[in-house]
Amino acid sequence: MDIFILILLRDLRLSFRRWNELAMPLLFFIIIASLFPLASSPEISQLRDYGGAVIWISALLSSLLALDGLFRVDAEDGSMEQLILSPTPLGVIVLAKIIAHWIVSGVPLVIASPLLALSFYLPLEALPVFILAIALATPILSVLAAIGAALTVSLRGGGALIGLLMLPMMVPVLIFGTWATDAAVQGENPIGALLLLASLAILSISLGPLAAAGAVKVAME
Amino acid sequence: MFNEAASLKTKSLEVWRGGLCLFEGLDFTLESGQVAIVSGANGCGKTTLLRILSGMNQAAGGYVTWRGEKIHRLNADSQAEIAYQGHLDGLKKEFTVLENLLFYQAMSNQKKPLESLLEELRLGPYQNRQVRYLSAGQRRRAALGCMRVKTAKLWLLDEPLTNLDTKGASLISSWISEHAKSGGIAVVATHQRESLIQTATIEIEL
Amino acid sequence: MAFIRHNLVRIVNTISVLNTNFWRWFHQLASPPHVFALAGRVCPWFAGLAIIFLVAGTYGGLVLAPADYLQGDGFRIIYVHVPSAYLGMLAYMVMASSAAIGFIWRMKMAHGLAVSAAPLGAWFTVLALVTGGIWGKPMWGTYWQWADARLMSELMLLFLFLGYMVLRASFDDRDKADRISAILAVVGVINIPIIHYSVEWWSTLHQGPTIAKLDEPSITMDMLIPLLIMIIGFTAFFGWLLCKRLQGEILKRERQTRWVDGLIKGRTA
Repeated sequence: MDIFILILLRDLRLSFRRWNELAMPLLFFIIIASLFPLASSPEISQLRDYGGAVIWISALLSSLLALDGLFRVDAEDGSMEQLILSPTPLGVIVLAKIIAHWIVSGVPLVIASPLLALSFYLPLEALPVFILAIALATPILSVLAAIGAALTVSLRGGGALIGLLMLPMMVPVLIFGTWATDAAVQGENPIGALLLLASLAILSISLGPLAAAGAVKVAME
Repeated sequence: MFNEAASLKTKSLEVWRGGLCLFEGLDFTLESGQVAIVSGANGCGKTTLLRILSGMNQAAGGYVTWRGEKIHRLNADSQAEIAYQGHLDGLKKEFTVLENLLFYQAMSNQKKPLESLLEELRLGPYQNRQVRYLSAGQRRRAALGCMRVKTAKLWLLDEPLTNLDTKGASLISSWISEHAKSGGIAVVATHQRESLIQTATIEIEL
Repeated sequence: MAFIRHNLVRIVNTISVLNTNFWRWFHQLASPPHVFALAGRVCPWFAGLAIIFLVAGTYGGLVLAPADYLQGDGFRIIYVHVPSAYLGMLAYMVMASSAAIGFIWRMKMAHGLAVSAAPLGAWFTVLALVTGGIWGKPMWGTYWQWADARLMSELMLLFLFLGYMVLRASFDDRDKADRISAILAVVGVINIPIIHYSVEWWSTLHQGPTIAKLDEPSITMDMLIPLLIMIIGFTAFFGWLLCKRLQGEILKRERQTRWVDGLIKGRTA
């Protein structure tokens, strides 16, 4: 447990020293979302129609960007070797890293998304459910993107490939997230979608780090 | 605490790279206090051998044991006894020297004060400087300091003297001798065999 | 009493002999020449089965089965669509399980099987998508309907196959390529049911007034039997293709060994 906290704090401290990396996922999130009104029409009715979808898609894409360097930097400077050889199971270490990255990239998303939602004229009553859905979804996206990052850590052009590999796996999150949002907007009960998101979150957090750790070990050979 | 005495043993180790057999049939045993120097031309497999000894890579044939257990299946206590220092430093460049040392110390559950270590490494005045601003030689010394701080029983060092000046090289040489005297085991791959040969119990030429 | 003990001992002995034989057989599967020869022996059987069942199924589907009440003769495309969709899934299962076996037991031949299955699965999925579009055209007016759950699931499956193949191709070291893509395949296999059900759920949510879903006509026995025959035929066809590809993959991996040399010399002698 101490090692878990140690790695978590280490990664958090490192993220804050690389502040440019801190800001990027959030900025990316906002920029992508802003492209949609530019591409189609800024009419209120239209925005309200696709607003939820836009925010969710932007969240998916920015999560890919945020976790790209999760393992690569450590692999390149040799810290990953040391972590692999430590007595703590690599899965625990990977989970700590993922959580640190979620705090730095996912939480700002959760905070920014209601503001974006309001800008797309999503009704105020729908916001609590919407925020909860994003809060449940971002850990799942972080884990999936981390698996993608682990699979591609030893590849040079890894970034784009993570998208190809992991976006199909993120489709359920997209579907359940937009379902919850739509249900909230239309005044229906979103509990089904939220529970599904919660169970996906539990599943991915428990199994995902194992897959990522396995991939990192193979890649570092 | 441990069932068996500290010893590193390999049996019929066979190493391939890129479809070519680098060496096979490597057998050796190192007991407490023994040091092995691995020498050979570039590309002959020194790094691969060390990585196999650490458990990071798997050999094409044969096996490695530490305290009688296969190197892949060590329990946490045995795993904690092994320290590996490869070509890469393993330092976070945004952290200061001190922060890196403290991190590795915490990872190994150690708590000794670091002033004397920093003195030895001649990094005292640089302890609060971020690693990215250090020279290559200073980084290597910091990396070796991080290895030292783990107080491991088995040292696996891959070309530790790279980028070190003569003072640094003699420091590492004395560390290895001390480590062996206090019952540790070390395997050191190096080009500069002359600097380290006096510490060695056996020499492995690839 | 002695009788019971005697037979118990016999049973235990038989089980242990079977166990040893199983593991011996399993470990033999790690040997490339053995697998190559095995694939060669099994190939003609698959080919024969495939020809018989495919011909029978085609005849049954096109000629014998009655026209559907609602869809007329158009529904007959399911005799190609359903088997190819099924084979796409089967291929992924074969790919993922052999990749997992290869990862756990470090068997290169298992990875070879996974590599061989991947492009086959991708092509079957493409066939399913194309025939799905052909099937839907009379109903939807277009060849592609985003709202259809089955097509969307199959599209996701195609992406999973392509992802596996692209990931493999990105690695220079074949051993790393094998093992890392094995992890991707296993992660994919866990995700497939989740993706499938979420997409199916999504399509029911967005059902428009028009019939967007590829609906199977209410199946009667004389429609079903040719379908089952076609499925078996397609599976046999897949088996045959898989064996051939596996042999090619083995030759590629082992091209610098003596036994392959001997094989070539033996063939050309």
